[in-house]
Amino acid sequence: MLSEALQLLLSDPFWVAVLRIATPLIIGTLGVLMCERAGVLNLGIEGIMVAGAYTGWLAVYLGAPLWVGVLAAMATGGLFGLLHGVLTVPLALSQHVAGLGITLLATSLSYFAYRVTFPKVTTPPTIQPFQAVAPNAMDGIPVLSVFAASTPLTWLAFALVALVAWVLYRTPVGLAIRMVGENPQAAESQGINVTAVRIGTIVAGSALMGLAGSFLTLSAFNAFFFNMINGRGWICVALVVFASWRPGKALLGAILFAVFDAMQLRLQQVPGNVLPYQLWLMAPYLLSIAALILVARKASYPQALMVPYRKGER
Amino acid sequence: MRLEPKSAHAKSQTRAIALASLSAIAFTLVIVSLLVIWAGAPVFAAYVALFKGGFGDVFAWSETLTRATPLILTGLAATVAFKAKLWNIGAEGQLYAGALAAVAVGGLHGGEGFDLATPLLFVLMILAAMAAGAALLMFAAILKTWGRVDEVVVTLLMNFIVLLLVSWMLDGPMKDPTAMGWPQSVALKPELELTKLIGQTRLHTGLLIAVSASAIVWAIFRFTTFGFAARAVGANVNAARFLGLPVARTAMLTALLSGGLAGLAGAIEVAGRTSYVTLDMSPGYGYSGIVIAMLAALNPLAVVPAAIFVAGMLVGADSMSRAVGVPTYIADVIVAVSLVAVLVATMLTRYRLRWK
Repeated sequence: MLSEALQLLLSDPFWVAVLRIATPLIIGTLGVLMCERAGVLNLGIEGIMVAGAYTGWLAVYLGAPLWVGVLAAMATGGLFGLLHGVLTVPLALSQHVAGLGITLLATSLSYFAYRVTFPKVTTPPTIQPFQAVAPNAMDGIPVLSVFAASTPLTWLAFALVALVAWVLYRTPVGLAIRMVGENPQAAESQGINVTAVRIGTIVAGSALMGLAGSFLTLSAFNAFFFNMINGRGWICVALVVFASWRPGKALLGAILFAVFDAMQLRLQQVPGNVLPYQLWLMAPYLLSIAALILVARKASYPQALMVPYRKGER
Repeated sequence: MRLEPKSAHAKSQTRAIALASLSAIAFTLVIVSLLVIWAGAPVFAAYVALFKGGFGDVFAWSETLTRATPLILTGLAATVAFKAKLWNIGAEGQLYAGALAAVAVGGLHGGEGFDLATPLLFVLMILAAMAAGAALLMFAAILKTWGRVDEVVVTLLMNFIVLLLVSWMLDGPMKDPTAMGWPQSVALKPELELTKLIGQTRLHTGLLIAVSASAIVWAIFRFTTFGFAARAVGANVNAARFLGLPVARTAMLTALLSGGLAGLAGAIEVAGRTSYVTLDMSPGYGYSGIVIAMLAALNPLAVVPAAIFVAGMLVGADSMSRAVGVPTYIADVIVAVSLVAVLVATMLTRYRLRWK
């Protein structure tokens, strides 16, 4: 039993599956992380991922190249992000309610659009999704072989972690983002336009959420299904707390989560499994809550998270 | 671009609110018309079908009010929680937990286990459902109060967990052996079912329970010390603590009431409409409750008309879909757009937008 488990952990297909589960979580978590670093909670993620999954897939279905589909998904995400930004930053609406409103709007619009464009389909139309970068090219070489068997979007996810970390910690833009999330008054006194930085960051973060959604239709699967996001967005929101708002830890958290998820998928199929499959499916959600409980006490939230900023008000 | 508070003259305020509501409705109508045109349907006929289907005759009203019944209760659940700034996004899960508990008490042991007089068993069933919903939210509230765990994420994730629990129960312990493989639970004892309000329709006395609940919640917030404490905690938790208000206890009571109302919605659905639990008994009533609470501006009495509006859109969209072929998802779009429009409009009644 133990050696079998070990063998599983060392096998390439297992790790390819882990990366496939982790990719949308990594990208989505980065999106939430950016918004929250600028002081704005974005519960729109669940719906934005649906919209990204739909528009990305639709663009490719209509004949666009795969990367154009990715851009379409990001643009859709950015558009909903702009709406969320306008609602929460200058209009200072409740960030919880605005986010849930965005989720409802983006989800219902996507489903509506899907039904308008494909009124009578019973089996979802399919596209040719992203393929593995170089399957079997690196066989026998640990780690590299796993990456070679993954799709370019997984590579992009890893690159984005580095990019977001670099922007946040090594550039003036990143400093401005973190400042408006910690102390907007101080940022304003340094000549930073708090409203613009916050909205811009939400747009960028939401574009990432759209990208995360499109991974499911352009890489993991080859079609758009209803309920295909299925709470992945909410798990990203939990992962950001788990990662204490750091991109590197977000990557680790998403992979850790994916390892458990991939293991439960394998364990379900072990002969002699007596547990009902629903209990296995619960595992990822239970795990997220457990992780939150573990880290929440010492979590250091961005100081201005969920605090609307009004010029001249203290 | 920034906001500055408007001077609050009572008279201009009323006019501003009326104007805001009207412009929110107009905005929603315009957006929805564009979508109807995109779907290739005649706009006017679509709207006629929508409103006839939702509010056109006695049957339409009975369907709308049947749908509104659970929505009033989940709307109240959100209202209670949001007033105290307890972000309960888990009413969907709490509703299902309540439905499961109701069947566990009123169905599983039918005639054998719980040998109680029907009225007593009915009360027990309702209490069990409310306790189940309340327990779920208490878990999140306890984590929030003593563990600093964000209740938004916990309650959201619990929805998925509860739905899987329901699926497991319907497969195993609570499966209806006579259902020919349909995933549904055993049925409630027939004498526990709510009576119909109008013959030949599905409208049941649960509506009266829901409407009285809205009056009771209003009275609780208006007249009790808990209501005062909850509003104070919601307005400014630090000030409430400084005043010596029992912040932790208020959070617990809020969770008890909010989760209990959502659990009650589940029991009422089972006793009034389905008589057993299925996996699709709620098409997102828990989430719609949040929208309803916001449309009602967190006023418990206004929850009733807000719920009737949302229910009417859901029912009307079905008949609009049949009449002119617009996908039923238009109902959710209408609700979402009107939510955003109303939020923006109410904000603009209280603040003025300055472009400099």
